[in-house]
Amino acid sequence: MRPIAFSFVADPQAAVRAAGGSAGVAANQGSVHAPVQFLAGGTTLVDLMKLDVMRPTQVIDITRISDPRMRQIEATPQGLRIGALATMRQVADHPAVRRDYPVLSQSMWLAASQQIRNMASVGGNVLQRTRCAYFRDTSWPCNKRDPGAGCSAMDGQNRWHAVLGASEQCIASYPGDWATALMALDASVETLSSAGPRTLRFAELHRPPGNTPHVETDLGAGELITGFVIAAGPYTRRSLYLKVRDRESYEFALASAAVALTMDGDAVREARIGLGGPVALPWRSHEAEAALVGKPLTEANAVAAAAVAFVGAKTREHNAFRVPLARQTLVRALLQAKSMEIAS
Amino acid sequence: MSKPVPDQLANMGVPIARMESRAKVTGAARFAADMPVTNAAFAYLVTSTVAKGRITGFDETAARAVLGMLDIMTHLNRPKVEPIKHFFAGGQGLTATPPLAGPEIFHEGQIVALIVAETFEAAREASHRFVVRYNRQTPSAVFGSRGTVEQKTADVVKMRKDPKLGDAEAAFKTAAVTHDAEYGTPTQHHNAMELLSTTAVWIGDELTIYEPSQFVYGLRAGLSTQLGMAPEKLRVVNDFVGGAFGGKGAITHRTALVALAAKKLGRPVKLVATRDQGFTISGHRHETKHRVRIGAARDGRFVAYHHDLWELNGRVDPYVNGGIENSAAMYNFPAVMSTARMVRADRDPPIFMRSPPEVPVMFAMESAIDELAVKLAMDPVELRRVNDTDRNRVTGKMYSSRSLMKCYDAASAAFGWRRRNPQPGSMREGDWLIGWGCATATYPTQVSPAVARVTLALDGTARVEIAAHDVGTGAYTVIAQTVAETLSVKPEQVGISIGDSTLPPGPVSGGSVTTASACSAAKLACQQILARLGLSPNATASQRKAAFEKLKLGAVEETGNFVPTTSQSKTTAGLYSGSADITGGVNEGNDGKTMFAFGAEFVEVRVHARTREIRVPRIVGAFAAGRIMNPRTAHSQLMGGMIWGISSALHEFTEIDHREARYVNDNLAEYLIPVNADIKQVEVLMIPEVDNEINPAGAKGIGELSNVGTAAAIANAVFHATGKRIRELPITLDKLVMD
Repeated sequence: MRPIAFSFVADPQAAVRAAGGSAGVAANQGSVHAPVQFLAGGTTLVDLMKLDVMRPTQVIDITRISDPRMRQIEATPQGLRIGALATMRQVADHPAVRRDYPVLSQSMWLAASQQIRNMASVGGNVLQRTRCAYFRDTSWPCNKRDPGAGCSAMDGQNRWHAVLGASEQCIASYPGDWATALMALDASVETLSSAGPRTLRFAELHRPPGNTPHVETDLGAGELITGFVIAAGPYTRRSLYLKVRDRESYEFALASAAVALTMDGDAVREARIGLGGPVALPWRSHEAEAALVGKPLTEANAVAAAAVAFVGAKTREHNAFRVPLARQTLVRALLQAKSMEIAS
Repeated sequence: MSKPVPDQLANMGVPIARMESRAKVTGAARFAADMPVTNAAFAYLVTSTVAKGRITGFDETAARAVLGMLDIMTHLNRPKVEPIKHFFAGGQGLTATPPLAGPEIFHEGQIVALIVAETFEAAREASHRFVVRYNRQTPSAVFGSRGTVEQKTADVVKMRKDPKLGDAEAAFKTAAVTHDAEYGTPTQHHNAMELLSTTAVWIGDELTIYEPSQFVYGLRAGLSTQLGMAPEKLRVVNDFVGGAFGGKGAITHRTALVALAAKKLGRPVKLVATRDQGFTISGHRHETKHRVRIGAARDGRFVAYHHDLWELNGRVDPYVNGGIENSAAMYNFPAVMSTARMVRADRDPPIFMRSPPEVPVMFAMESAIDELAVKLAMDPVELRRVNDTDRNRVTGKMYSSRSLMKCYDAASAAFGWRRRNPQPGSMREGDWLIGWGCATATYPTQVSPAVARVTLALDGTARVEIAAHDVGTGAYTVIAQTVAETLSVKPEQVGISIGDSTLPPGPVSGGSVTTASACSAAKLACQQILARLGLSPNATASQRKAAFEKLKLGAVEETGNFVPTTSQSKTTAGLYSGSADITGGVNEGNDGKTMFAFGAEFVEVRVHARTREIRVPRIVGAFAAGRIMNPRTAHSQLMGGMIWGISSALHEFTEIDHREARYVNDNLAEYLIPVNADIKQVEVLMIPEVDNEINPAGAKGIGELSNVGTAAAIANAVFHATGKRIRELPITLDKLVMD
């Protein structure tokens, strides 16, 4: 058997200490081949280890960390702070999240299954790796697993692959739902590493695949996500997550939209738009937002905003349908958000 | 509405609960891989990552170094395995190609090595480190791929004839209204909940195999041939099978390899193949193409039916679905023309999958009939009514019973079909387009020889033993129930053993024959017991006791040997040597009548006007299938079939990488089946029907009835909702999305 050093830690500082923090791209915590992995719910890591896709030499179990900052969901007038070890279910169910940030709750409810939501932590959730079949089976060439090997998806079965944010090296899609909502709300991520704590915009956490598709995030070696901060805003209550898929539940998004609006009568004062599904990384469409601001939210304006969101889309043989689908998804989400009744 | 315990209508048995349900939901039921064995070693398969080519070498060094590693078997060191024939050539094999026969690769996922270690995890780890080198050749993956070879089915499999009646070409040309279109169905995989497993235990020269099997006698016969041992020395056991659907009927490569590894190591070996390996080691429903032409007079009466069929096959074996012989019998077609072809590609061998011919063929035909109804401006139910028939025009044989239009009328009324506006796109609720569609379900009524041993004791307890199989259908319950009814004892007084090759042989669990065949054999044995005791069928307990005392016996044991009148072999002898002898349906080549079960299914679909998700809020099916042995287990079978039908229409398709001829979505996250949220209202109506000509039990098989036609009903409903006709399954939203 391949030996793995497995340890438990009691607090985040110990986790970071145990992880060490060696230099180099491969050691980047966002790399598929990072030798040290933190284990929370294990719903991605354990699967990929069984498939021999991820081969860490050290696994640090962080589920025994009792630090309330890592576990609690705090709702204040300034916003939300969600500890990284909160489970998906806890976020989905939290009364303040449901009432004041429906997009965050809905994106959790529509993700995974109840069993997985009970297990998975939100810190791990945003790091979920792609479902690209060519990535998950080590017998295929894959630039994400083996930089320079080539991309099998490019001319293969790519119904599930990205049209936005992909590169010549990798068209794998980012599969998560909650990240789409975090993008719309411009959340921040708090982390801890041997260099100390830092806060970065969630929009800066994930890296586009570019020429290094194996490095998925900006996390340094041994850097641990400790929490998420979502600032309060007038738009959070008029927010929703719409997910379109082949079956009713327990499936990844063919297209999704996270929408948050501040309305001024019929006109859009502020729009926040996250897009999920055929995206290589969590995606926010500033273009679509700009197209809406100051205009009445009519069907025609929604259609126009959706069109600009996908101007840069690059499609392959089997995923071209996802452009019109994703546009229609956004239109539907915008019109639905407009008609939401918001209690004062 | 459907009730958990359906009513016992005319010609139906008592709706008792399943005997094994508590054991299953509490985990007490032992499936093959759960059977306790001492000191087992664990096997892991290494399967080919190329679809065509040759193995040029292995590197075992890293694998051998894994702690707990025991053995690696490849074609270089595999002990001798005698060949067996393919299922269609009189044998039991999924393929006639022996396991680990040599360096040649016939398909992706072919077993190329068996690794055995002290633990499952060590064997898996070693498999990751085991290196296989290939000389890869470019494979042919699908219809139209370079290098595929097309053959007429009748030239390959001599017993296959293309149905033909009259001058269909001329009749089609003169028809007032015609329809001519192509249809397609995709590769699908059985994906039974229970994974494919084999456990081999040797004691001296005697071997016990625990394996989920649809035919323990077939497995015993074929495996004993492969291993060159006497069948009597081999026992195959499976108390429960966690879903089979055709994927556990033929002998796969794995079994002989596990048996040989256990022999070599001198200890039991257990293999549980992974879900993705299950996609390539036990067959699949192959893709089909159809060109259907139907001509009709203005009043809707059919004048001609042409059906050209293409089936995608592997390179080697003669597997055939066929099915036109059945579809040609469905309606009053005065002229029929058909050609079946197989197309050879570098794919793993296909095999039966729930209603193998009917699912693709009836999708094409029932879609075509709906399209013709639109052209005729006729209600699709009425179009079927004017073409209803009492005989198969091709053979001239009368139906033994046929309640198709009764099913249509009952299901139509329950569904509220008369409120349908036939105009496509005319029914809508908010943003959801509503479509209603219907189609015919059918399955040939088939039967097999079977042997059952029944013992009745003085105290009224009884025992029935037959090597039949309960693949989740309720076979335990209905066989025991038949004994209870025939002997006039309570069901709870009847014990039952099945799924063991040391019992008298039951039929292969295929072709929906188990209930009719096993219950007929059990009934015969019970009647022999009553005759020996001199008892009437409804004798009281005290009369029974008196009869036993008169004969000075504590128990009476009888073996019922059931041979159907349509049997090809006219004997049960073939059962003992593991050959399936299934007859029925069109009964070509014997003097049986045309025997089919029928149903009618009505579905409502909702398609989102913008994003085109397709949902099925309700489905109603009415079915007539002779005697319903137990309306409760039957209801479950029929309901499950309709759910499978929804799955087959909307969800299930195996994605194939065309460059490499490899399956891509080989897991249950991406190979979709419906979840609970997809299945809302499912209503099952059972229409009383009496048919005393089919078999002594009077029962028609229902296991493969209700998933037939569902896909066409859904396609027809999607057309009604959207005006768009989808002729290639599955119907996914990308085929409907609009820019």
